[in-house]
This record gives sequence, C-alpha cells and structure tokens, in this order.
Amino acid sequence: MISRILSISKKEMREIIRDKRSLMIIFALPVFLLIMFGYAVTLDIDEIKLGVLDDDNSLLSRDFISTLNSSEYFTITQVIERESDINSLLDRGNIQCAVVIPIGFEKQVERKQKAPVQFLIDGMDASTASIIQSYVIAASQSFSQNVTKDFVSSRTGMKMIEPINIEPQFWYNKSLDTTQFFIPGLLALMLIVISVILVSISIVREKELGTIEQIRVSPVSSFELIAGKIVPYLIVSLIIAALMIFMGYLFFGVVVKGSYIHLFLGTACYLLATLSMGIFISTISDSQQVAFQISQVVSQLPTLILSGFIFPIESMPVSIQILSYITPARYYIVILRDILIKGTPFETFSMQLIYLLIFATAFILISIIRIKRSEAI
Amino acid sequence: MESAISLNNVKKTYGEVNALSGITFEVKKNIIFGLVGPDGAGKSTLIRILCGLLKPDEGVIRILGKEMPKDYNMIKDDIGYLSQKFSLYTDLTVDENIEFIAQIHGVKKFHERRDELLEFTRMKKYRKFLAGNLSGGMKQKLALACTLIYKPKLLFLDEPTTGVDPVSRREFWLILAGLLKEDITVFISTPYMEEAERFNEIALIENGKILAVDTPAGIKQKISNTVLEIVCTPARKAYEVISDSGDDEVQLFGDRVNVILEGKNSSEDRVVNLLKNNGVTIQDLRKSNPSLENAFIHLLKESA
Repeated sequence: MISRILSISKKEMREIIRDKRSLMIIFALPVFLLIMFGYAVTLDIDEIKLGVLDDDNSLLSRDFISTLNSSEYFTITQVIERESDINSLLDRGNIQCAVVIPIGFEKQVERKQKAPVQFLIDGMDASTASIIQSYVIAASQSFSQNVTKDFVSSRTGMKMIEPINIEPQFWYNKSLDTTQFFIPGLLALMLIVISVILVSISIVREKELGTIEQIRVSPVSSFELIAGKIVPYLIVSLIIAALMIFMGYLFFGVVVKGSYIHLFLGTACYLLATLSMGIFISTISDSQQVAFQISQVVSQLPTLILSGFIFPIESMPVSIQILSYITPARYYIVILRDILIKGTPFETFSMQLIYLLIFATAFILISIIRIKRSEAI
Repeated sequence: MESAISLNNVKKTYGEVNALSGITFEVKKNIIFGLVGPDGAGKSTLIRILCGLLKPDEGVIRILGKEMPKDYNMIKDDIGYLSQKFSLYTDLTVDENIEFIAQIHGVKKFHERRDELLEFTRMKKYRKFLAGNLSGGMKQKLALACTLIYKPKLLFLDEPTTGVDPVSRREFWLILAGLLKEDITVFISTPYMEEAERFNEIALIENGKILAVDTPAGIKQKISNTVLEIVCTPARKAYEVISDSGDDEVQLFGDRVNVILEGKNSSEDRVVNLLKNNGVTIQDLRKSNPSLENAFIHLLKESA
C-alpha cells in the first residue's frame, strides 16, 4: 500500500517540479499577497489629519491644541480661519477631524464653568470615525484632568492624588500592532486557497485528460489515490507556509513565540483538512474550471468572513457562529495566534488540532464513498 | 480450455439510449480478437465494461475465469487497457510514464523489461522525451509499452490505430503480432473494416447488438455469392436502379457499386443490361470474392 501511495506522490511531485511557471506562481503569489495585505489590512489609525479653529486664542486654548498635536495620533494639517471653511475641508478630505474652540474658552475654565469644545469628525468610514472619536475623548479627558489638578494644587498648595490611576498593559501584542494580529489570518487564507485549488485541479485534470483511467484499472485503491495526491501537496503547502512565516518576520517583525514543532503540527493538521476538502471538490466537479471556481468560493469566502480573521466570531449572531464551525481556518487561526503571538503551551490549542483532524477524516471518507458509488474520479 | 472472456446477455443503457442490448459471446485465449463496428456502435462502452471502468446494468461477465465486477480486484494486474484517447502523462518522460505504471501495479524490477519493451517498440531513442512531445504513433506505442510492463494476460485496446498514420499503424500491427508469442489475449476494437482481416476472430457490432462472431473467413462465407464490382457514372443512379429492381443486394462505395448476385434470376448480364438501359456508363467491371465490408453491410441489412 505504502509503495503505491509513494509512487503516485513521486509522479505528482515530478509533474509539479516540471511545471516551472505554475511553480513560480505557487510560491511567489502567497508571498506577494502577504506583503500587500499586510500593509493594507491594518486597523491602526495614526496621524489623523486635524484642522484647528481657535477663536479663543488664549494661553489655555493654545495649550489644549499643543496637547493634541503632541500625541502620536493627531497631526495638525490645517489652521482654519473661518467656521464656514470647515465643511469644504472635510468634504475634500483635507482634514478628518476639526476642533473648534469658541471665544471665552479660557475664561469659562477659570470661572469653573463647563467650557465647550466642538469636534467635527468625518463619519464616512464608521469604524475610523469611532476610533477618532475615542482618541478625541481620551485626549480631552486627560487634558481636563490636568487642568483640574493644576487648579486644585494652585489653590490649596496640596498635591492632588487621583483616586484610580489606570495604567493599561497589553499582553502578547504589546504595541497593539494589528499586523501582528492579522498575519495568522492571512496565512490561513493563503494556505487554504492555494492548497484546495492545487489538489482539486490536479485530480480533475487527470479526469479531463483520461489519465485517471490508467490508475482506475490498476490495483490502486481510492484511499491510496487520495493519500498519494495529498502527500506532495502537503509538502508544497508546508514550504509555502514556512516561506510566508519567514516573510512575516522579515517585513512585519512577526516572531514565533511558541514552539516550531507545534507550529509544524498545527499547520500540517490544517493542511490535511484543507487538502481533503480539495479532494472532495474534485469528486463533484468534471472540469478544471468548475473545480477552480468551487475551490475559490469554498475556501476564500468562509475564511474571510467566518473564521474570525477580520470579524470577531463572538460578535456574530449565534446561527452564524454555528456556521463558522465548518471553517477549518477558524481553528487554525486560534492555533496560530496561540503559537505566534502568545506562545502558549500545547494544551491550549490541542482541541483545535483534533477538530481539524476530524474535519479531514470526514472529507476523506465522503470522498472515498463518492468515488466508489459513482465512479466520480 | 477456458475462455479468456465470456459474456452473457450484457446490457447497458445511458438514460434512454440503449448502448448495449444483450451482448453474448466468448473469446478464446491467446488470440487477437477484433470488435468491429462503426462509431457509436457501442465498442468503447463494451471495452470499458470489460475493463471494470463501467458497470453493466445486466448480464454475466467472466474474465479469465473470474466474475465481473465482483472479483474485479483479483484480476486488475492481469488486465491491460489502452484507451482511445492518449491517457498518459504528457509532462513526464517516456521512461517515467512506464515507471509509474509499473509501480502502481506493484512491479519493482521493471528496468530490464522496460528496456526490452522500448527495444521491441523501437522507442529507445526517445526514452528521455516528454510524452507530450511524441507523435501520435509513438504515443500509442508508449501507451502499449506501459500496459505491457506488468505482463497482463489480457489486453484491451480501444481503437488503437484511429488517428495514427499508415506507417505507424503497420508497425503497430507488427508489434501486436509479435505479442502473441507471450501468452496473451488481445481484444481490439476498430472501426476500420480492412484491419479486421488481421484478427483471428471478429465480432461485428452495430447499434449495441452483435451481428456475428466468427473468423474473418467465416464471416465472408456468410455471403456465398459472387460480388460484381462496377466502376460507373453516375454511381448513385446505378445504385438506385439496381436497388429498385429488387433482385440483388447493392452497396454504394463512392464511384463504384458492389452488387451481390443472390437473386434467383440474377446474372452479370442482367445487371449490365439494366445499367445500360438506364443511361449509366460502365468504366470497369470485375468479379470478386466478397470482402468483410460486403459481408458487414450484408449482415446489417439482414438484421434491419
């Protein structure tokens, strides 16, 4: 049995290596996409373009503005003269946020009255707007706290102690760099797309060319054929994974905090699941084109939407959450985040490995049944 | 001696279409057996059923003494199949293709046999060529070498010479004839009547039915009468005239008609006069023995 599996794998490997053009695409595309996505898919917002309209023009108002400007999130790109200019500046995208300090700002603070400050935020992109809003609130609050502190101490000569002093510390991804967070998802996405497409097309091509018939009239069993097809593409996909992790380190400084053996195990289990999905697709499609399209839809969409790559699974409605269980990427992303970012021990993600193996076994069994029943390969 | 293949009332339908309607015949061991019939007669369907690639709807099939498809796995190493379409890996070399087929059949020491086969098929020069770069005839020889690498006892060839040039075709037949020394039964399908002369036995198939199974000579004897081969213009007119007279069977072949003299009153003179009276110019007239083609058309008309 082993020798027949190996002879199919060897033949397949020869074909893969011989097709230089496809080989180039197989290796270059994921790396290219990783770099492109890595730079594009980021939720970090810094250097918010800020317009300033300071009608008060007092010591305190200038102090407030310079506080905003000194934070890493805001850059003053425009000093606004008239209030009527704000609209067109926001329209043209010259600024993302405008701060308006009315006359009497300083006086009202001194009189211990509430001093209104207006922020106008470009709300076209809801998520960016809400992030800007939270930055704005945080900046204003810390400014008014400082003002109160100064005020109290100048009056009483006492140092005011804040009742609660919050010093947040973020673990695992200390600088809250979203690229770190997205790399696992990208890896899962690229690997599933490439492995599913490669293996399903390789089998359907044999169906189209009729070469599969020579295998069908031979003593090779359906399982041997499937195993013989999975092995070479598992090797190729593992090389792609290694390459992408290396590129993640090179371009985005993502280091593997956990064990490389765990990383290998997790990736191999994930690929077994995706490759058996590809095998199943090949049993239901008759042409390379159909196989390609099904592979793309089945691998890409769920991984983008349901795996927790971009949208957190916890915030999905329950019915969609249940649907997300059939996405192998869901488990792999957990495994990768554990190993790459947290460096947690094996027990934390061992269940995910088992899910992936169950997934792979199920698809292989269905494929074997389909091949036997309907001469589907 | 036990037959290589025995078929009893084998049926296969594709939806509404009857591809095979009750096929029954036997194939003896160590002969070249030809399945002869026009395109769409059911040749490929029958071969694919015999190879285990398709399941019959009905009927009993025994191959090398084993029942199909129940005992199929027991005889997989004894059967070779060469499909109508070239079905080897175009991106592998000649050597690698043979190696692959040998290995999936569990043949470990294939090197010597491979050299022999490449010698035998005069392919040695091309062993490092990619199969995709070979000519049609060489592809066919490679496919043959691949199926012979694991020494099958029964070889199925589905239209091996269709689309192959005449020189390569001749060579292919020589190779096949040489094969019979090796204790092998060859089952070939072909649409070419002239090739049928090369087989030890043939089965004529049309519309999913077997019209006759016999040696080529035996089949020809099914028309005992003389055949007049008449080259004439217009040939179509000649065909209609004789056909309408109703006495003799007439077959049209391009610029000529073949008349099988079988009617009670039929004679060469009657036919010649009939043509002359109807304004057909006779260029050449020859008496000949019936060919397989004549016999086949005759049997077709009989069955219809």
